[in-house]
Amino acid sequence: MNEVIKAENLTKVFNKSLVAVDHINFSVREGEIFGFLGPNGAGKTTTINMLITVLKPTEGKAFVLGFDVVKQANEVRKIIGVVPQEYTADEDLTGYENIMLCADLYGIPRDVAKKRALELLELVELTEFKDKRVETYSGGMRRRLELACGLINRPKVLFLDEPTLGLDVQTRAATWEYIRRLKKEYGMTLFMTTHYLEEADALCDRIAIIDHGKIIVTGSPSELKDSLGGDIITIAIKENADVTDIIRGVENVKEVRKENGAYSIKAAKGEATAPLIIEALRRKGFTVTRLSLTEPTLNEVYLEYTGRAVRDMEESKETFIAHRITLRRARGR
Amino acid sequence: MNTSSTVNECHPSLARGLWALTYRELKKWLKDPVMLVMFVLQPLIWMGLLGKSMNIGGLFSANNINLPPQIPIPGNVILYPFGLQGVVLNGTILAQMFADMGPSIMQNTFGVTDYFSFMAVGMVSMIVMTTTMFSGMSIVWDRRLGFLDKVISTPVSRAAIIFAKILNATFRAMFQASVILALAYLLGLQLSSSFTLLNLLGVYAAIFLLGVGLSSIFIAFSIRSTRMERPMQFISLITMPLMFASNTFFPTRLMPDWMQAIANVNPLTYLTDAIRRLTILPMDASALIWDFTYLGLFASSLATTGIVLSWRYLTR
Repeated sequence: MNEVIKAENLTKVFNKSLVAVDHINFSVREGEIFGFLGPNGAGKTTTINMLITVLKPTEGKAFVLGFDVVKQANEVRKIIGVVPQEYTADEDLTGYENIMLCADLYGIPRDVAKKRALELLELVELTEFKDKRVETYSGGMRRRLELACGLINRPKVLFLDEPTLGLDVQTRAATWEYIRRLKKEYGMTLFMTTHYLEEADALCDRIAIIDHGKIIVTGSPSELKDSLGGDIITIAIKENADVTDIIRGVENVKEVRKENGAYSIKAAKGEATAPLIIEALRRKGFTVTRLSLTEPTLNEVYLEYTGRAVRDMEESKETFIAHRITLRRARGR
Repeated sequence: MNTSSTVNECHPSLARGLWALTYRELKKWLKDPVMLVMFVLQPLIWMGLLGKSMNIGGLFSANNINLPPQIPIPGNVILYPFGLQGVVLNGTILAQMFADMGPSIMQNTFGVTDYFSFMAVGMVSMIVMTTTMFSGMSIVWDRRLGFLDKVISTPVSRAAIIFAKILNATFRAMFQASVILALAYLLGLQLSSSFTLLNLLGVYAAIFLLGVGLSSIFIAFSIRSTRMERPMQFISLITMPLMFASNTFFPTRLMPDWMQAIANVNPLTYLTDAIRRLTILPMDASALIWDFTYLGLFASSLATTGIVLSWRYLTR
């Protein structure tokens, strides 16, 4: 099977008027990390909640490994793992107890579950804290525990909703590492949402940019960046002469502009093209005094497709409070 | 990696899911001794202060009835026999006579001679009511913190999610009722001569019925709420009327008619009556059967409504 997740005209309307997800179509291939990128309130969590059978779609269909998320919800539930946006582990229970609770909900035989719980705790490096109450865990530890809980049934597809929300930069990088390792060790397909551009860039094989409930563009991070027309190379030379034509003659160069005595060059594969430009100028006897290379970031991609920078949308009071609770707990102790 | 066996290895069962979820709640509760103490303290204070301060039996004690030692009654108020010069009654003896009538008035009003016993059982009903309502509400937190969504995304039986809440509420109520009864006994609750330990089973059965009924309707009420305030306000709104328009503190027989009408459909009345008959009052099988029939009907109708509604509201 090539398409692990498939959505056809998937739509969710709340209270008959608020269109959270608007006829979206996408498919996720086996073994990839697929990311939903968009600002808060774009419809990411609503989409994930429909795929994990928590919300019923108003219109359209979705399939996970060929199972209909509405008609065969129970089959879907058995083969997916979920790492929610919030910290859902019970604070009053220990880490181990929390994992075992998940195992009970899936009905995994107790002896298998015990063995696997310990394995997973080892994997997310929580063995040392397994008998401590979750209350005492830091944000990063809680996130790792959620990961472990989501893996107890050996899911074929793992859903991660904002996996690093509220974590500091270091913990975020560490969490990415865990996610990469999980994907490698269990050969899973991952579906994640995020509103961090760096996160989508670092983790995802393919990205869908979603805004106002609609998918605007889909592709791999590099495809999306390349679609903007390439990198920006800035060059200055010692001599007082116009070298625009020489630069234009170099392979991969798309556009050259002279600005304030320097040349701003738009080129595909910037790292490979820059040396060629220097070489071409040197051969004609010019000396390069300054060079800089800027790759377009997802931020520019985002800007290009949505017409604005990633912004924080107005949120409902409930979501805001839920975020605050998550953030407060993430700060730990 | 044995990925091919993953699907077959999940055997979500109602019993296991139900146990796991109920166990979680009870464990949470037992791990918080402060809350536990406070939950017991509240009815204890009510029982201790109200039950002991309202010493209704004491109204009739000899030293509460102040009569002068000599009470002269002039002849003109006595119609017969004519010509009598009037009599002088001995006040002390008269007061004693009233005091002797006290226990029988108490007996006729409350069924027992001490108000404390009467009131302590009422307190058990009160704690059952508040506990079941409040613990049903914990589903609001589960939704708020995302726990409920996580549980819904697992293949666990939907029924287990709702039943676990009901069971948890009912178990808590039963536990607290036991504590209150034990404390009341230590403070002077007088058990009837027909009381046996077997009667306690009856007490638990009655509590179970009311607990299931009340908690399922409360879960249905709070399952869609994302905030605590509304269910809270609702509970404080209905607790008082339910408590006073029942036989919790005072026999319904002496209430105005309109109030009696409310008390007669108030399930709390039947619970309190059942527990009283099983503990402090002499055995009366037919009255007990009526109490249990009413409680059974109450529980089954409310539980059905509650569960049907919760089921529908679980997935939005």
